[in-house]
Amino acid sequence: MIEILIHGRGGQGGVKASLSLASAAAKSGKYVQSFPEFGVERRGAPVKAFNRISDEPIVIRSKIYNPDHVVVLDHTLIQSINITEGLKKGGWIIINTNKKPGDFKEFCKNYKVATINAKEIALRNRLGSRAAPIVNTAILGAVIKVLKVSDKESLAIAIKEFVPVKREENVKAAYEAYDEVIFEGEA
Amino acid sequence: MGKVILGNHAVSYGVLVSRVQTIAAYPITPQTLIVERLSEMVADGELDAIFTKVESEHSALASTIGSSSVGARAFTATSSQGLALMHEMIHWTAGARLPIVLANVNRAMAPGWNIWTDQNDSLSCRDTGWMQVYCQNNQEVLDSIIMGYKVSEQVLLPTMVSLDAFVLSHTAENVDIPDVKLVDKYLPPYKPEIKMDIDDPRSFGALSSPDNYMEFRYKMQEAMDKAEDIIIKEGKEFERIFGRKYGMVEEYRTEGAEIILVVSATIASTARASIDSLRAKGIKIGLLRIRVFRPFPVKDIARVLLNKKKAIVIDRNISYGKSGIFFDEIKGAFYNIEGEKPKIFGYIAGLGGRDVTPEAISDMVNDAMRKDKPEKDIIWSGVKL
Amino acid sequence: MKHNKKKVEINGASNMPDMPASLGSMASNKTSSWRNLRPEIDESKCIKCFICWKFCPDAAIDFIDENTPPKINYDYCKGCGICAVECPTKCIEMVEE
Ligand code: SF4
Ligand code: SF4
Repeated sequence: MIEILIHGRGGQGGVKASLSLASAAAKSGKYVQSFPEFGVERRGAPVKAFNRISDEPIVIRSKIYNPDHVVVLDHTLIQSINITEGLKKGGWIIINTNKKPGDFKEFCKNYKVATINAKEIALRNRLGSRAAPIVNTAILGAVIKVLKVSDKESLAIAIKEFVPVKREENVKAAYEAYDEVIFEGEA
Repeated sequence: MGKVILGNHAVSYGVLVSRVQTIAAYPITPQTLIVERLSEMVADGELDAIFTKVESEHSALASTIGSSSVGARAFTATSSQGLALMHEMIHWTAGARLPIVLANVNRAMAPGWNIWTDQNDSLSCRDTGWMQVYCQNNQEVLDSIIMGYKVSEQVLLPTMVSLDAFVLSHTAENVDIPDVKLVDKYLPPYKPEIKMDIDDPRSFGALSSPDNYMEFRYKMQEAMDKAEDIIIKEGKEFERIFGRKYGMVEEYRTEGAEIILVVSATIASTARASIDSLRAKGIKIGLLRIRVFRPFPVKDIARVLLNKKKAIVIDRNISYGKSGIFFDEIKGAFYNIEGEKPKIFGYIAGLGGRDVTPEAISDMVNDAMRKDKPEKDIIWSGVKL
Repeated sequence: MKHNKKKVEINGASNMPDMPASLGSMASNKTSSWRNLRPEIDESKCIKCFICWKFCPDAAIDFIDENTPPKINYDYCKGCGICAVECPTKCIEMVEE
């Protein structure tokens, strides 16, 4: 079983990303859980969403304190919160940023870093505005490429299921992220 | 691998495939998503039902009682304060012998204001004559709605299906949504013998004097006794059709166990992980999950716990001035039963949504293992002093 | 509307319905046995306003047609006297049984 924590800001669609990821993984034969940080969500404030993905039925229903991997929807969060809190050594940090993995020297010692310019991809596909690009679907392409928890076709079906508008554009963005994610070594 | 849906939506789908005919509800966190989805299903013509918006939970259940009285399959959902506001009608539903199914999202009672899970809301309805089911995953939530109607319509007592706030209500996971045609095979339309009918007029809920009130209550208890057999029978029938097994209780690794952990709802799910790790250390421990709280599974409890050394009960609830409620009931169930009784330890944990992790469960087990016998009826787990 | 008028003796849980509902309609419950004063309508003074018919709490006043004074059903009239109080022409008199 792997546990994933998605860091985002209220309104950025972290919960929807978590749901779509769970659905994609389920479609490729996995047992899944997807849940938000229980309670209240405020626009712009840091929020978390969680995933468990497993080949066996999942019995644990407590929160995730020690994720195997983290996904960061908004790179500005790195300054304001400790995104590696509880993260298991050797885990992946997948960041939406225009920088390269090597630029995150502070993380490279204990963790593996993958970067994806999801904002650029979103704008290229006319998803959201420059001020508020919709990155939550694009980044999933990078997540399944790096973490291998699902496949592209399953992800496409899941995105279409959870995204009410611009379904094709969202799928295209995810596929582009799948191809453009930058990381080193074996996922 | 099924559809990935929230526990709340598992309720909505359970209602959909049960071909419920009326829904009346008032929104409350964390229940609202249940009826929001149902209102969409009704608006889209997916579910052929009447959806009534009301001004309070009391009215929600009153309206549901009305439609059930005329012979409709009726549903409502609520949580915590909402359930408390329904309380008068909760008694009425059972006394009127109406087979309503209600989904309650287990949420702590205020104050302090809290939207997270514990069981004091539904357990306050213990003595009302409702059957109560506590679920451990979203699949069970959906299936329990269907089985709820099947059992309720035979014994003429209502069923409360409880799911933990957020831990199930707002958590999405794989759920198999059964085909409605298959559900039709299991759950025939509701045809009450007596209903409110202008062509066969009667008076309902009229004066019942000391001469006959007690007999009505006797019959409610008779129905509860019967319900235990029917829940078991219908659980088997459900398994035959849908391949998923449900009973009054569920056992996990109890064979050869000397210690039994007794838990309900989602803590019981998480507890499996603890049992596995404790077993791996050579500790002879098993799990008894209480699925149905009313009628209370006395026979199963006696069967599993007799001749064991220790029983460890974890309650996500408390009866102030006494102890955890499951603990109290389990202890009471033994008093007149012959046989070697275990020492019973009662832990209170997870109130107001405090997380109960596999490690916290293992800590409670280790604590009970260190002691010969419980010194008091309440042992607090993780309370900050 | 059919009225189930059969009288049923209830002597224990075994022959009671599960629901606290009457076994038949209230038609079998002749509430007239409670009456000690009976209302009598002086038809000559009746203006056929049917206010009595509206007010009777037991629906024991039958409406025939608009041109006929209403008729009191003495099987069910319990003698409460509301009709007599509400009648605008005071043409209903409560007389001793
Ligand atoms: S209220 Fe009096 S006047 Fe009016 S219909 Fe009745 S008896 Fe006649
Ligand atoms: S006396 Fe009372 S019960 Fe009898 S007819 Fe008049 S209003 Fe009705």
